[in-house]
Amino acid sequence: MTGKKMVNTYLYTRYERFWHWLQTALISILLVTGFEVDGFYTLLGYKTAVEVHNFVGLGWLIAFAFFVFWLLTTGEWKQYVPTTKKMFTVIHYYMLGIFRGDPHPVPKRKDAKHNPLQRIAYLSVAMFLLPLQMISGFLYWSYNSWTAWGLDWLSLPVVAAIHILGAFGVLSFLVGHIYMTTTGHTLFAHIRAMITGWEEIPEGVELEDWEKRQRKGHQASESEAPSA
Amino acid sequence: MKRMAFLISTWAFAVSMIWGLVGTPAVQAQLEVLDENQAPGRTMAQQATKERQIWITADHSRHAVLQNEFNSGPEVTKACLSCHELAAGQFHKTIHWTWLDPNVPAEERIGKAGHAINNFCINLNGNEPRCTSCHAGYGWRDSSFNFKDEAAVDCLVCHEQTGTYKKFPTGAGNPVEKPTVFKGNNKTYNPPDWNKVAQSVGRPTRTNCGTCHFYGGGGDGVKHGDIDSSLAKPNKALDVHMGLDGQNFDCVRCHTTTLHNISGRTYATPAATHRKSLIEDDLASKIMCESCHSNTPHKPGVKANDHTDKVACQSCHIPEFARVNATKMAWDWSKAGLKKDGKPYALKGPHGKPTYDTKKGEFRWEKNVQPAYFWFNGSINAITARDTIDPSQPVNINWPVGNRADVNARIFPFKVHAGKQPYDKINKTLLIPKLFGPKGSGAYWAEYDWKKSFDKGMQAAGLSFSGEFDFVETRYVFPITHMVAPKDNVVDCIECHSAEGRLASLAGFYMPGRDNFKTINVFGWILVLGTLVAVTFHGLGRAISSSRKEG
Repeated sequence: MTGKKMVNTYLYTRYERFWHWLQTALISILLVTGFEVDGFYTLLGYKTAVEVHNFVGLGWLIAFAFFVFWLLTTGEWKQYVPTTKKMFTVIHYYMLGIFRGDPHPVPKRKDAKHNPLQRIAYLSVAMFLLPLQMISGFLYWSYNSWTAWGLDWLSLPVVAAIHILGAFGVLSFLVGHIYMTTTGHTLFAHIRAMITGWEEIPEGVELEDWEKRQRKGHQASESEAPSA
Repeated sequence: MKRMAFLISTWAFAVSMIWGLVGTPAVQAQLEVLDENQAPGRTMAQQATKERQIWITADHSRHAVLQNEFNSGPEVTKACLSCHELAAGQFHKTIHWTWLDPNVPAEERIGKAGHAINNFCINLNGNEPRCTSCHAGYGWRDSSFNFKDEAAVDCLVCHEQTGTYKKFPTGAGNPVEKPTVFKGNNKTYNPPDWNKVAQSVGRPTRTNCGTCHFYGGGGDGVKHGDIDSSLAKPNKALDVHMGLDGQNFDCVRCHTTTLHNISGRTYATPAATHRKSLIEDDLASKIMCESCHSNTPHKPGVKANDHTDKVACQSCHIPEFARVNATKMAWDWSKAGLKKDGKPYALKGPHGKPTYDTKKGEFRWEKNVQPAYFWFNGSINAITARDTIDPSQPVNINWPVGNRADVNARIFPFKVHAGKQPYDKINKTLLIPKLFGPKGSGAYWAEYDWKKSFDKGMQAAGLSFSGEFDFVETRYVFPITHMVAPKDNVVDCIECHSAEGRLASLAGFYMPGRDNFKTINVFGWILVLGTLVAVTFHGLGRAISSSRKEG
């Protein structure tokens, strides 16, 4: 971008990429079938839409549990710890700098994949929006067992309303998220990275300590292995 | 790649395990499912009906008492009672004999013989000899009929199997003594061969019940919509249970009977108080779908199993009624009395059914009718000729009882028959006309004078008529429970789960696909479109600024 040398870096592990695209598929299917069930259009047919939505929804719950397990065991959860440092620099970049062709103030690193804006966005999506969808969806799905589970006080329209509101939130996130993939040094750089795991990032940008995800007996600088 | 394949298969395994755990109802464990692709409710019903051979130990054609010469129905009945001593006593207590609801005190006069009203021929009182051609008795000519007379019970109409026994339409329940033509249909009615019909007796078949029930209201398919002559020999497509090419059920296969009391709803009394399966109580009547099919009849995990607590089986499995013969959907008495060249006349319309008759007014017939749906706990309430009405709006003569909160209520299909019928403008009650009778009796069908007809009819019912009358719109409902279609012909989910669907007007609960949250939708789309607009402008900005730089 600014004449700095780009280095091909392995950013995303196989599981991360698999999880990302699996979740993409699951959420897309859930959105498409969910809005059909809500009566916006007819596509698969109501019965099929419900069956697919239920199956994929439950599947997502299980897969998400695997993801949480992965986050905890690998320590990757630290990538999501929110921070205000450089937050405004990043906001400023997306509001102005990006139009001037400035370099990204917080380029990606293996142990700092998310800039402060991403951290707060992904954390709120993963901690609030998606669990809200999972919980409200699971309750919606288990409607017939409410009496047996002592959940009689729940109201189906309220659960449905929350679930639909959440769906709009997810759809809105998806629009923003897809757009943001085009903001790399080329239009498809970020998408390519999420497919192959490798992304070209400017060389020699010093990481600040807070940005680094610490690993025991493993220096951040060592883990960065430029490809041949 | 191996690790990826492992991850995917682990995930798929976990998903299917959870499905298996949550989706299997307990019923499956109790059944040996012969065909594992078959819904457990079908397997259960097939097992319940497996033993179809009925065996008996008496040959009535060899009974000495039935070789005697008979000249009338009551003589045959006496012969029957010489062995079946308790039969008439049992039958006298049933609604088929009293035409009064057995579950309310007789003084309340709930029933055909009392002050119950419909919007067909309205009421029995004063019209007995015509109406009582469908009474399982002999000689109910007027209110002086002796309901204690054991010999007056008509055993044959329900039990004879020759198909030749016919009660004359205006004979107060008696067959004719010599061949007679009935002017109403130009058919000749012959006296029965009493010995032959008496010796043929057996368990009632569809034809026996259908003799009256197919023709309720005075003609084929007039009343019910799901019961007409097409059920005498139906195919499976019309009725999956009664079809000759299917289970070939008789009516009494489900309408099981104790002491001549045939199970089924009577007015406000549901056909069964509990939806028990035969697994829970093998002596329960088989009147409910659940009796044989259980309340989770579909394959494990099928959403329809979750619907059985609120949606009656009939709602999905009887997509339309009157699928072979048309049924009457509207009757306007106010148009009666028009004449052509001074003479009464009749017109035929679509389906070969009358659209006008000077005696009765205007009709509308329909085929393949989509039911109306209401909450229904098995009980139907009704007004009588004694109750005051509000003539400023259509009067519901009867209506299904139940609502969303009632645990016994289900969404249930109904035929709604629209009527326009006479009421007393001063007393604000529905009026009973005397329709049938000779000239000079005040009968409308002989003299075409409404006032005289109401005078006589109300008098016969022991009620008063002010002398002022007009016509009011009325509604009368029939639960739709017969003509269950084969499993491939069911109501599709979307037919109810859509804004303009079958349940569009059933209020009081949230239903996905039908109901939506306007505020949330507006807010949601603003959010999504807002994001889209924002990123579009952001993108355009980038495109413009980068092209400027390059230029």
